[in-house]
Amino acid sequence: MQSVHIMSAFDEELKYLSKRIAAMGGHAERMVEQAVAALVNADPGLAQKVINDDAVLDEGQREIDDKAIIIIAKRQPMATDLREIVGAIRISADLERVGDLGKNVAKRVVAVTDGRQPTSLFRGLEALANLALTQLKEVLDVYASRSVDKIGFVRDRDDQIDAMYTSLFRELLTYMMEDPRNITPCTHLLFCAKNIERIGDHATNIAETIYYIVTGDQMPAERPKGDKTDKISLSAPLPAK
Amino acid sequence: MAEQSAEQASVAQAMAIRLWNSRWLLAAGVVAVLTAFAFANISAYVLVPALLLLLVAAMLPAAGLRQSAENAAAIEAVGLQRLSGEYLAAAVADPLIIFDRSATIVHANAAAFAAFGGIAPGLSLPLKFRAPEMQTLLDSVLSGTIASDVVDYTEKLPVERAYRVSASSVGHGTDLYVLVFKDQSETRRIDRMRADFIANASHELRTPLASIAGFIETLRGPARNDPAAREQFLQIMQNQTGRMARLIDDLLSLSRLEMKPYLKPGTEVDLRQTVDSVIDSLAPLARENSVVIERDFAKGALNVPGDRDELFQVFENLLENACKYGQSGGRVVVSIAGADDGSEPGIDVTIRDFGPGIPEEHIPRITERFYRIDVETSRTKKGTGLGLSIVKHILTRHNARLTIKSEVGKGAAFSVHLPTH
Repeated sequence: MQSVHIMSAFDEELKYLSKRIAAMGGHAERMVEQAVAALVNADPGLAQKVINDDAVLDEGQREIDDKAIIIIAKRQPMATDLREIVGAIRISADLERVGDLGKNVAKRVVAVTDGRQPTSLFRGLEALANLALTQLKEVLDVYASRSVDKIGFVRDRDDQIDAMYTSLFRELLTYMMEDPRNITPCTHLLFCAKNIERIGDHATNIAETIYYIVTGDQMPAERPKGDKTDKISLSAPLPAK
Repeated sequence: MAEQSAEQASVAQAMAIRLWNSRWLLAAGVVAVLTAFAFANISAYVLVPALLLLLVAAMLPAAGLRQSAENAAAIEAVGLQRLSGEYLAAAVADPLIIFDRSATIVHANAAAFAAFGGIAPGLSLPLKFRAPEMQTLLDSVLSGTIASDVVDYTEKLPVERAYRVSASSVGHGTDLYVLVFKDQSETRRIDRMRADFIANASHELRTPLASIAGFIETLRGPARNDPAAREQFLQIMQNQTGRMARLIDDLLSLSRLEMKPYLKPGTEVDLRQTVDSVIDSLAPLARENSVVIERDFAKGALNVPGDRDELFQVFENLLENACKYGQSGGRVVVSIAGADDGSEPGIDVTIRDFGPGIPEEHIPRITERFYRIDVETSRTKKGTGLGLSIVKHILTRHNARLTIKSEVGKGAAFSVHLPTH
């Protein structure tokens, strides 16, 4: 997987970095999963746990930054090694953001679940979260296996997430227009949906970084934006209920 | 020199042990000889050799016993020499991964490949199993603080699975460790299934039940003596009970699917034959809706790994939808073609109708449970809101993809991509 250096300590350091990234990834995945579960099951206890867990990711990012800078200073790395280290810094920043977004969803649990909401309100959000989490999981699996030839799926799924988000936006807007009492929970859910959509974007960023680490090239830059919520307005024809 | 003395010492020790082991026999012999000496008036020249003979006999090793023990050891040694770790791992039905001190995978058995996919030797374990509890498990076993440990590990995507994972070191000083995954999904899923079923069923059954209750009330009250209205109401009530029965059937089949998360490996399905029999079984429905089903199958073998009954249900649901909702188009085209685009070679089965199509904003959502574009249309077409989510569930298990393309006014195409590997 990695080339062998004369100084095995260097190998050890690089291995440690990727292991820390994986641990951060596992934490981020778990946080998002639990934040959405807390929202769907109206579980403020679990939401609080997610909020507290964010500290682990912040700590992880600081540690990776420190380690990476020390390695660069000590070993003067080149080519793949340098990309590996810079990549680790970038990926850990993305994962830390994913954790923040998960925490943000968890913070809204109390406001959304205040009063009984119909389950149909959450079903779409759950589906969106599943898409984003699958994206994150597959990207981190590629980080483990380094098989970037399969990375094309990332763009496809990004489009799916955008389409799902657009549809969800429209649905929530409809609920708000039906009954003004829905406005509070639906506005919070709108922010939750936006946060989850952003998680998908960060996963895509990570995929691009991995591609760069392995090949040394940037991923081809065609990336049409599929988020069409900027065009949805109240005068737009509403879907039949 | 030192070796020789050690050998002597060990021989002496063995003799001492033998003497000790036969101490009761020896004592009995001595008593017998002494008794004979006392009563039979034998001379002391006979007594001393007799006692010496007894002692020597007791010192001789128990040949028979030793031989059988040695045989067993020999069989074990020869047998185990032929046993490689690989064969042993392959014989274990649960996923099993052997890894070294740096947490790199050395060997994974077939069950592990089937369950987790993409775990080649050389892959770093903590990069693949990133869940916090797995990280702590690996860390504690590798650091040597504990010899073995067990944790519960759940995977949510792509299908939910729960494992009890045990990690331990193998032998002494081999520097190898082993992870064994015991699948606990079933017990957990039974609990969940019960809760989910009740939540979904109670929500969805309430509407038809309320309507039946309303009609019964009307029949007993205002419409008591109105035969025409009675006939009409009874018809509606019958439709509603039919809907409830369908809903329960669909919910049960979805729950059953969730019970067994992965497929039995090694079975092949002939798509041509499966799709043909789906078309035959739906011929009456097509006639009823005056829809013509056209076939466009590629030549050659069209086999994919999978479960025939489940794939039958996928195509049945898709074709049924096409006939019902694409009725106005008058025809439905079913095509099977090899697809070698991109990374995954496979076979595409496309079911295209020429009806009103699906508005773009609904396409990403229609595989969700109970998501309906138009509640009224769905009710009149006898839909339960579960057909496509059953399709999606089965396809996830087959590593397959469902692509939906549609243009309003021109119809919709549901395309299933099944990998052939």
